[in-house]
Amino acid sequence: MSLLELRDVEARYGPVKALHGVTLSVDEGELVAVLGANGAGKTTTLRAVSGTVKRDGELTFSGARLPRRAEATARAGIAHVPEGRGTFSELSVWENLRLGAYTRRRGNVKEDAARVFNYFPRLEERRDQQAGTLSGGEQQMLALGRAIMARPRLLLLDEPSLGLAPLLVTEIFRVLATMKSEEGISVLVVEQNANLALAHASRAYVLEVGRVVVDGTSDELRKNESVRKSYLGY
Amino acid sequence: MVVAAFTWTEFAQQLAAGIREGSIYAGLALALVIIYRSTRVINFAQGEMATFTTFIAWSLMNHGLSFWTAFPIVLAIAFVGGVGIERILIRPVENASVLTIVIVTLGLALLLNGLMSMIWGGQNRQFHGPFSTRTIDVGGVPISVQDIGIVVTSLALVLLLALFFRYTKLGLALRAAAVNPDSSRLVGVRVGWMLALGWGIAAVLGAVAGMMIAPVVFLDPNMMQTILLYAFAAAVLGGLDSPVGAVVGGILLGVTITLLGRYVEFIGSTLKLPAALMLILVLLLVRPGGLFGKVAVRRV
Repeated sequence: MSLLELRDVEARYGPVKALHGVTLSVDEGELVAVLGANGAGKTTTLRAVSGTVKRDGELTFSGARLPRRAEATARAGIAHVPEGRGTFSELSVWENLRLGAYTRRRGNVKEDAARVFNYFPRLEERRDQQAGTLSGGEQQMLALGRAIMARPRLLLLDEPSLGLAPLLVTEIFRVLATMKSEEGISVLVVEQNANLALAHASRAYVLEVGRVVVDGTSDELRKNESVRKSYLGY
Repeated sequence: MVVAAFTWTEFAQQLAAGIREGSIYAGLALALVIIYRSTRVINFAQGEMATFTTFIAWSLMNHGLSFWTAFPIVLAIAFVGGVGIERILIRPVENASVLTIVIVTLGLALLLNGLMSMIWGGQNRQFHGPFSTRTIDVGGVPISVQDIGIVVTSLALVLLLALFFRYTKLGLALRAAAVNPDSSRLVGVRVGWMLALGWGIAAVLGAVAGMMIAPVVFLDPNMMQTILLYAFAAAVLGGLDSPVGAVVGGILLGVTITLLGRYVEFIGSTLKLPAALMLILVLLLVRPGGLFGKVAVRRV
C-alpha cells in the first residue's frame, strides 16, 4: 500500500481551476518528483496535499483520509516546505527549529536539533540569528531542518534548488538522500530542474496544465523522447 | 497659576507619579499591541473590556471578597471573556477588511458601555484598592505605597508575559501565528485558537490595568476612555508592532506628560493629552515606525 495516494484530485483558486484530476502515489521511503513547466500545477499539487488550497477528490495518507485543514495535516505527519521556504523571518533560527517540533508531544527537541545541526553545521553557527537575515541557501537548510524537527513520514518539498548556487543544491540533495535512508522519510519534491530531480528520484510525474501527462521511473522518463526534449533539454 | 519653586524631592515624587501613570498605559498599550500584531486591528473595545472586568471585581468585593481573592477570579473571567469575544464576534469577520473588524470592536465598546450602565448604573463609585495610600520614605522621598504597588503589579505581569512569550512552546506559537500564520499552520499551530488566546491575554492585561487605576480615579463606565487614548499614544510611540515598545512607550509617556503638566505652566493639567499627541506627532515625523517598530530584515 502506498503512503500517499491521490486519485482524481482537483483544486481551484477562487474560480480558476488549477488541477484537473491528478492521480499519483508515493510509497514508503520513496523520493518522487513532480516535473512540469511554470503553471502546470506542481505547487498546487503539493498544496492540495497539505490542505493549503481548496481541493476535491480522493486523498489518502497511510490508508486514512487526509484531513482538510493544514494544521491537522501537519499533525498527521506531513511536513510541507513551501515555495519561498516559509521561514519565520522575524524569529531566530533556534525558534524556527523549535516550531518545527510543535506538533510533537514527546521526544527530545535538543536531540533532534543536534541531528539537524549535524546535517547543516551552518545552522548551529547561526543559532541565535534572526532567520530573515540568513542567505537563501541557509534559509533552505533551515526550512529542511524545521521539517526534520517534526519527524514527519512524508516531506513535501517545493523547488528546493530555486535561486541556490549549484554547490548548495548538491548539498541539499545529499542531505535529502540521507534523510530518506536514515530516517525513512518519504519525499514528494517539485522541481524545475528535471535533470537534478531525475538523478535523485526513483519515480516522477510530469504535469501539464493541471494533469499528469507522463509518469514512470526516472530511467523510463529519461528515455522518453518528449520528456527529454521538453524538460531535459537534449 | 503660579508654579512653586523647583525641589528635587518634588521632582522625584512627580517622576514616581509619572511611572505609576505610565505602567497603566504600558499594560493597556501592550494589550493593544498583542491584538494588533495578530489581527492588524486596533481594539477600540480594550478600554471598556477593562472597565467591565473592574466592575466585576467591584461587585465581588461588594459581596465580601477581599481584593486579592477577587483578583484571580476576575483575571480568569477576563481571560475567558476575551477568548469568547474573539470566537463569537471576531471570528466571523476574521477574513473581512480591517475596517469591518474595527467597526466590530467599536460596536463592542458601545455594547459593553451600555451594559455597564444598565447593570451598575452610570454614577461614580469608589473602588477600594489593595494598597494603602500612606507614604513611605524611599531615599528621602515620600512615595505612596499605592503608587509602588501599582507599578510593581503592572510590571510583574508584563515580565511574566515576556517570559511566557519567550520561553514556552505556546508563547512561541503565539508569536509565530502573529508574524506568519500560513507557515504556522504548516507546522501544525492552530492559528485560530492562537488569535483567541491573544484576545484572552489582552483582556487580562486590561483587567489588571483597570483594577490598578480604579482606586486612583473613580469607577464609572467611562473610566478607561481617556486612559485608552494615552495607551493608543503609547503604543504608537513605541511602535505598534513591538511589545517592548508598548511598555517603554507607556512609561515614557506617563513620565513625560506628568512632568510637562507640572513644570510647563501653560500646559497644566488641561493640555496634557494634546501635548502628548503633539510630541508623538513630532517623533513619528522622525521615526515613522515608532521608537521600537522596525521592519524585519529580509533576504531572498
